[in-house]
Amino acid sequence: MAADESVYIAGAFEHPTRDAPDKSTMQLHAEVARGALEDAGLEKDDVDGLLTAGVPWGGSGLPPLIMADYLGLDVSFADTTDWGGSSYVGHVGHARDAIRNGRCDVALVTLAGRPRSDPRSDDFQSYQDEFERPYGSVTLGRYAVAAQRHMHEYGTTPEQLAEIRVAASQHAQHNEDALFQDPVTVEDVVESRMVADPLHLMDCCVVTDGGGALLLVSEDVRADLERECVEVLGYGEAIGHLDGGRIDLTHTAAVDSGPMAFDDAGIDHDDIDYASIYDSFTITVLQTLEDLGFCEKGEGGEFVEGGTLQAPHGDLPFNTDGGGLCNNHPANRGGMTKVIEAVRQLRGEANDPVQVDADIAIAHGTGGSLGTRHGSITAVLGGEDR
Amino acid sequence: MSLPETWEPRPVPPANPETERFWSAAADGTLLLRECPDCGLVYHYPSALCPDCFTEAEWREASGDGTVYSFSLLRNHGDWPEDDLPVVFAYVELEEGPRVITNILDCPPQDVEVGMDVTVAFVPTDTEDVAIPVFVPAE
Repeated sequence: MAADESVYIAGAFEHPTRDAPDKSTMQLHAEVARGALEDAGLEKDDVDGLLTAGVPWGGSGLPPLIMADYLGLDVSFADTTDWGGSSYVGHVGHARDAIRNGRCDVALVTLAGRPRSDPRSDDFQSYQDEFERPYGSVTLGRYAVAAQRHMHEYGTTPEQLAEIRVAASQHAQHNEDALFQDPVTVEDVVESRMVADPLHLMDCCVVTDGGGALLLVSEDVRADLERECVEVLGYGEAIGHLDGGRIDLTHTAAVDSGPMAFDDAGIDHDDIDYASIYDSFTITVLQTLEDLGFCEKGEGGEFVEGGTLQAPHGDLPFNTDGGGLCNNHPANRGGMTKVIEAVRQLRGEANDPVQVDADIAIAHGTGGSLGTRHGSITAVLGGEDR
Repeated sequence: MSLPETWEPRPVPPANPETERFWSAAADGTLLLRECPDCGLVYHYPSALCPDCFTEAEWREASGDGTVYSFSLLRNHGDWPEDDLPVVFAYVELEEGPRVITNILDCPPQDVEVGMDVTVAFVPTDTEDVAIPVFVPAE
């Protein structure tokens, strides 16, 4: 779609209630969504974009994931930018841009709340608080159940998961800022303390303070810069959730975000010289490699054996900064460092022993939890001299 | 092995108008699911509108039988009584289809396996209208 093509509001619905003591806030979100679809004459399955703000999120955050899960949506675009009460006007503008850029065709914007019947906002929480937290649901456990199921279905072993930590540690030894710089062996990993079966302590990423930042610029700005720039070639996003109880713990939404990004960039797996793969846990990497199509589903364990992920000589060098597993996972959010290391590789500024000859790189993020709901985001980046 | 007499000090769910029937049914010893009268989807969590088609869903009783779909033994947990560790954090696939998050109790944690048959049990809370569905090995 052209950047100046018209975008329209096809459905608009104001909920008739002014006092809803018998409903939850999330329920009102679903009811207004249904109302707008009916007004437009569209079906629920037509929706592929989601914009909302002020989502009940308890203490856990992640509003796009919670809302896509609750509403049962399969979206390729989500935006929960929150400017307070003006958010929904802002969403009109963001939805227009997303549609013009081909991110989605039907964008749903919802608002709901119950300050009259529930001024203390006692239901200002999500299903996480109600159906998960009482069972001790924590991030670690929500990844461990994915690992357990993957092992059950495909025979993946703790030693294979350990190969991922080993590769990250081999890279981290060259990073003087890395939290853990000592190389480890498969034995070190599988003999480390069991924290949430089948995950050992060394299957888990580090906890670190810190942060990161990026600047994206237009062609005009770049033209005046002396600094080598990296081009954003492709992008894809998708949300995986419980799907009414049909969750498949062995798959991530990378099965959708990957092909979107690769198509957007016009590349294939063979074009990728370097991969930043979100490594909150070793299982996160293994499932992502399968779901991005670097190997068949279930063969990730075999794929990572034999140094495949180790720079500079492995077939798919990954996380050459040491990743979240050994280097850094600032603010418990690893997507930033994934992009930063991909930029370093494409600029030829990675640590010397792990620098690869990289023209095309990917940065893939997995936020939230494989065991409940997560956002998979894939970006394809290109070096200046490719 | 036995079930705890009350769920506290573990976290207790904050019921809301959409879900209070689920919790009060549990307090009466019944596990409820949602079923869509239009598309037929049987699902959990119990959202009022079907997540596939936005039709007003109905309640239906679950048999309470299922199998362990996956699990983890959480060796440490800030919200849990020390004596009740590890937490057996699990997904059970119900006979009716939905995979639900739960705990496996009333058996040694190290005996839990993917695929084992389990059945629902209910642990009371200090709130009269709320009990916690958990799963225990089937007879």
